[in-house]
Amino acid sequence: MNSTVSDLDELVKREYEAGFVTDIESDTLPPGLGEDVVSIISAKKNEPAFMLEWRLQAFRRWQKMQEPGWAQVKHPAIDYQAISYYSAPKQPGDGPQSLDEVDPKLLETYNKLGIPLEEQKALAGVAVDAVFDSVSVKTTFRETLAEAGVIFCSISEALQEHPELVRKYLGSVVPTGDNFYAALNSAVFSDGSFVYIPKGVRCPMELSTYFRINAMNTGQFERTLIIADEGSYVSYLEGCTAPMRDENQLHAAVVELIAMRGAEIKYSTVQNWYPGDEQGRGGIYNFVTKRGACRGDNSKISWTQVETGSAITWKYPSVLLEGDNAIGEFYSVALTRHMQQADTGTKMVHIGNNTRSTIISKGISAGRGQNTYRGLVKILKGADNARNYSQCDSLLLGDRCGAHTFPYLEVSNPTAQVEHEATTSKISEDQLFYCMQRGLSEEDAISLIVNGFCKEVFKKLPMEFAVEAQKLLDVSLEGAVG
Amino acid sequence: MDSLLDGRAELRLAAAGVGWVKKLRDSAAASFAEHGLPSTRDEDWKYTNVKPIAKRQFRPAGSSDEGVNAAAVAGCAIEGLSCHRAVFVNGYFSPPLSDLSALPPGVVLDSLARTLAERPQDLSAALGRVMPAESHGFTSLNTAYLTDGAYLRVPEGVVVEHPIELLFINTAIDPAPVVQPRNLIVMEPSSSASVLERYVGVGNGSYLTNAVTELSVRANASIEHYKLQEESVQAYHVGGLFINLERDARVTSHNVAVGGAIARTDLRAVLAAEGAHCEMNGLYLGNGRQHLDNHTQIDHARPRCTSDEYYKGVLDDRARAVFHGRIVVQQDAQQTDAQQQNRNLLLSPDAEIDTKPQLEIYADDVKCSHGATVGQLDSDSLFYLRSRAIDERTARLLLTYAFANDVIGRCALKPVRERLEQTLTRKLFHARDLEELV
Amino acid sequence: MMLSIKNLHASVDGKPILRGIDLEVKAGEVHAIMGPNGSGKSTLANVLAGRENYEVTSGSVHYLGENLLELATEERACKGIFLAFQYPVEIPGVSNIYLLKAAVNARRKYQGLDELPAVEFLKLVKEKVKLVEMKEEFLHRSVNEGFSGGEKKRNEILQMAILEPRLAILDETDSGLDIDALKIVAKGVNTLRGPQRAMILVTHYQRMLDYIVPDHVHVLAHGRVVKSGDKSLALELEERGYGWIEQQAEEIAAAVTG
Repeated sequence: MNSTVSDLDELVKREYEAGFVTDIESDTLPPGLGEDVVSIISAKKNEPAFMLEWRLQAFRRWQKMQEPGWAQVKHPAIDYQAISYYSAPKQPGDGPQSLDEVDPKLLETYNKLGIPLEEQKALAGVAVDAVFDSVSVKTTFRETLAEAGVIFCSISEALQEHPELVRKYLGSVVPTGDNFYAALNSAVFSDGSFVYIPKGVRCPMELSTYFRINAMNTGQFERTLIIADEGSYVSYLEGCTAPMRDENQLHAAVVELIAMRGAEIKYSTVQNWYPGDEQGRGGIYNFVTKRGACRGDNSKISWTQVETGSAITWKYPSVLLEGDNAIGEFYSVALTRHMQQADTGTKMVHIGNNTRSTIISKGISAGRGQNTYRGLVKILKGADNARNYSQCDSLLLGDRCGAHTFPYLEVSNPTAQVEHEATTSKISEDQLFYCMQRGLSEEDAISLIVNGFCKEVFKKLPMEFAVEAQKLLDVSLEGAVG
Repeated sequence: MDSLLDGRAELRLAAAGVGWVKKLRDSAAASFAEHGLPSTRDEDWKYTNVKPIAKRQFRPAGSSDEGVNAAAVAGCAIEGLSCHRAVFVNGYFSPPLSDLSALPPGVVLDSLARTLAERPQDLSAALGRVMPAESHGFTSLNTAYLTDGAYLRVPEGVVVEHPIELLFINTAIDPAPVVQPRNLIVMEPSSSASVLERYVGVGNGSYLTNAVTELSVRANASIEHYKLQEESVQAYHVGGLFINLERDARVTSHNVAVGGAIARTDLRAVLAAEGAHCEMNGLYLGNGRQHLDNHTQIDHARPRCTSDEYYKGVLDDRARAVFHGRIVVQQDAQQTDAQQQNRNLLLSPDAEIDTKPQLEIYADDVKCSHGATVGQLDSDSLFYLRSRAIDERTARLLLTYAFANDVIGRCALKPVRERLEQTLTRKLFHARDLEELV
Repeated sequence: MMLSIKNLHASVDGKPILRGIDLEVKAGEVHAIMGPNGSGKSTLANVLAGRENYEVTSGSVHYLGENLLELATEERACKGIFLAFQYPVEIPGVSNIYLLKAAVNARRKYQGLDELPAVEFLKLVKEKVKLVEMKEEFLHRSVNEGFSGGEKKRNEILQMAILEPRLAILDETDSGLDIDALKIVAKGVNTLRGPQRAMILVTHYQRMLDYIVPDHVHVLAHGRVVKSGDKSLALELEERGYGWIEQQAEEIAAAVTG
C-alpha cells in the first residue's frame, strides 16, 4: 500500500463540516466548581429541593474520587476549576418555547447542521430535542407524542412536570458515585432528554436528541433518562457536534435506560464531536457513562454507536440483564484518525436466567489514532443458560496507528456459553487490487471495503441515520490514510 | 509481608562479594521494600488475591535435604522417561540425587550457587537480563534472594537427544518454608534440547515456591520447554518464565498447572529478532478450592515473527482459574502472525473462570486474532455419542477428557503425555469412572 | 493492433519471471497462453492488469496505441481491460451487486457518462446473471465470501459480461472447475466474443480450448514465448506434455546466456 499512502496524502483533506461557531449572547457562569456552583445550577433550573440535595451528595462524593487511570488514553491533566459549568443562550423568559420564541440564530445553527426544528421541514417520523450548550432549546412533535401518552421533553422540564418519575428512576442505573465522571455529571448536569413510554405503547416516532457545544471553555454535562414501561417500544437517536477550537473541551454525559417487562429500547448514537486537528490540537474529551437495565423479564436493550468524533472517547454503553430472557446488544463502529484516542466497548452483566447478549465491535484506526475495545461479559452464579457472543474486529490503515482489544470474560456458571473472537488486520493488497481492476479509484476501493467492514453495525441503525453514518465515515476517511 | 525479606541477612548468599550480583540483589530488595506484594488493585492481579500468602509466616528454606532420598526421587519420576536429571530440594541443588553422567560433552548443567561462587563471569551476560526490568513483587523477592537453582548451557550446534529434567522437590515441613529457585537456561546458537521444569510437592503441608526461570534462546536454537506444576494441595506456587528469542529461534512451551492452593505463573516471551517463532500451550486443571492463574505475554518486537498460543482449562468443584494472554505487536514489527486461543470448561456450579485475552497492536501489516470461550460441551458431539448408545454421563466424561487431552497431545514426549493423561483422569474423574473409560 | 507487447521483462519481489515476451493481439482475436507451472503465465496476466509488486524491468506494452505501463490499475480497467482472477478475492460486507454498480459507474464516469439509472442497471444485471446460470440471491451476498470455487469463477464471468471489456484476460479460469461449470463459463465467454473484443486465455490445460476455440496458441516457458501456432498446438501439447517444450526453452536459454 506504499503508493496508496502517497496518493492519499495528496487528497484534499475535507474540513470538519460542523466546525462553525454560532455568535449568540450567552448566560455563562464563570469557571470554577464548588457547592455554590452546584446550588446556582439547581436554582437556575428552579429544581425541587430533593434534587439539590442529590446533586450536593454527588458533588461531595466526586471530591473524594480520582480520575480513572486504566483506559488506554493519554491526555494532559484536566483543570476542573478552569471549566465553566453552565452556559445557556439568552432567551426571553424561560421554560418551554414555541418555535417563534426561539432565537433565529439557534434555528439557523440547527438548519446548518441538517436538523431543522420546524416540524414541517423535519425528517418524517422523527421528533427532536435540541440541546445547545447547557440547555434544551426546543423539543419538536411534543403534541403528537403526547397523544400516544409518550413524554418526551428536556430533563429540566421533567423535573418540573413529572418530579416523581425523575426521583424514582434518576441514578437507579448509574448511581451518583458510580465513577468519577458520573459523579461529576450528577453534581452539575444542566440538561438532557427525558423519555417515558407508557405500558404497551409502541412509540409512534423515532425520538432524537441533538447535542451541540457552542460556548468556549464550557463543559457539557447532559443527563438522559429513558423509561420504557411494560411491553413498550422506543427507538432513540442522539447526534453530537461542536465547533473547531484549539482548546480541549469536556463532555461528560450520563445516560440511563430502564426497560420493564417485555419492553424494548433501541438507542443509537452518531457521535461527531470535533476530533481535533491533525496535530492533535483541540477536540472534545468525551467521557460518558451509558448504562441500561433490563429490569423485567423478556426486556431488551440495544446500543448502536458510530463514533467518529472527539479527541478522546471513554465510553462503555452497558446492559444489566436483570430479568429472565432479557437481551442486551452492543453494535459499535469507532474510527480514530489524526491523534484521536478511543477506549470504548461495553459491559454485559448477566443476572437473570436465559439472558443473551451480543457484542459486535468494529474499530478502524488511521493516522496516529489509537483505538481500543474494552469490554466485560460477566455471568453471575445465578444466571443459568446465559449466552454471549462477541466479535471485535480491527482494521488498521497506516503503520503509525494502533488497535487494541481488551475483553474481560468473568463466568461463574457452568451452563453459560460465552464466545469471544477478535481479529486485527489491514485492508489486503488483494482486495484493493481486485476493486481497482474493476475500475474503482483507490479511495473508492478503500471506502467500499471499510463500509463493508462496518456493515453489520450500520444495518442496525435506523435507515435515515445509516446513510448519514456512512457519509460521515467516508468524510472522516478522506485523507485519513497515510 | 516485610518478614519475607527478613531472612535475607541470615542466609549465606553465594557470590556476595561480586559487584554486579550484589547490585542485582540489592536493587530487587529495594524494589520489593517499596512495592511489596501485588494486590488486586493491580490490573495484572485483578483476579488473584495473594493476601493468604502475605498473611502467613514463612522461613527461608535452608540447604539441607530435609529427608528427601533416592526413593523419593524415584517416586516422582515420570515412567518411561529416560532423561538427564538435576534434582533440587527446596530449591538447592542435590548432586547425590541427580544423574548427569550421560550429558553430551560441552553441555553445562550445574548448581547456580556453585557457578556464582566459582565462575560468576559465565553468568553476567544473561542472569537478570532476560527478565523484564519492570516486574512484580514476587519476582523482586526471588532476585533479592538469588542463590541456587539450575544453570544450563547448551553449546553452539549441540543437539541434546534425551530430555533434561530439572526436578524441584519441595517439602512441607513446619514452619512453612519459602523455596526460591532461580534458573538460567542458555541455548547457544543452533543448539537444541527438551527441558522439563517440574515442581513436585512432598507431603500435604504448606510452603511457598517462588521460582524464576530465565531462558535465553540464541539465533537458530530451539527448545521444547515443559513446566509441570504438581505442587501439593496446600502449597502456594508463584513462578516466572521469561524467554528471549533471537533471530530464527524457536520455542515450544508447555505449561501445565495441576497443583497448589494458589498457583500463579507468569510467562513472557520477547520475540527480539526477525524470524523467531514461539508456540505456547497451556493446560490448567482445577478442583477443590484451587486458584490457578496463568499470565502470559508475547511481545512481537521485530518483524516477521510468528506466535501461536493455545490454553485450555477445566474447572471442577469450587476451583477458580484466571487466564491473561497479552499479545503486543510493536511499531514496525510488520508481517507479524500471532494467534491465540483460550478455551474453558466449567464442570461445577461453584467453579469460576476469568479470562482476559488481549491484543495490543501498533503495526498494520499483521495477522492477529484471539478467541476465548467458556462453555459447555459441544451439543452436536454429545448427541452423536448418545445416538451411538453411549449414556449421557459417559459421553460427557469422554468429551471432557478429549477437550483437555487435545492440549496434552501437543507435547512431543510420549511419557509426558501419558503422565498427564493419568493426572487428568485422576484429577477430574473418580477412580471408578476411570476404569470404565480408559 | 489492440495489444502489442515487446520484449517484456518483469520481476516479482526482485525475482525475474518474464524474460522477454513478445505478443500481438488484434481486436476480435482469442489467444490462448499455455505453459507449465512457473512459466510466467499468471505473471503476464497480472502485469497487464497493473498489479503492484510486479515490476516491469524492460520492454514495452501498448494498448490501443497508448503506453499501458504508464496507466494506473483502475485507468486500465476503465479503458476496457478486465482480468478474471485465478483466485477471486473475498470482500466481507460488500455485496456483489454493490461492487458491480460501483464498477459500472466508475467506468461510465471515466467515459463522461452519467450514472446508469437503477432500473436499467438491474435489468442489465438480471439478464447477465442468466447467462452464467447464477441464482439472483448471489447478487446480494458478500463478494465471493463463502462461494465455492465454481461459483467464484462464474462470478468473474458475470462481472466480465456486465463490464463489457475490450480486452479480457482470463487467468486460469478453468482450473478447479468440473465439466458442467466449465461449460457454463465457456458459454459465457463465447457469448462475449465479437469483432471489437479480444481475449487472452491463460490456461494450464487444453481442456478449456475444446469449448473456447482460440485463434492463436502460445506456449510460455521460462518467461518467454517459445512456440506459437494455431489450435493444433494445444492438441500437440495435450499429447506430448510440456517436457519437450521445456527442453527447447532450456536450450534457447543456454544459447542466449552462452
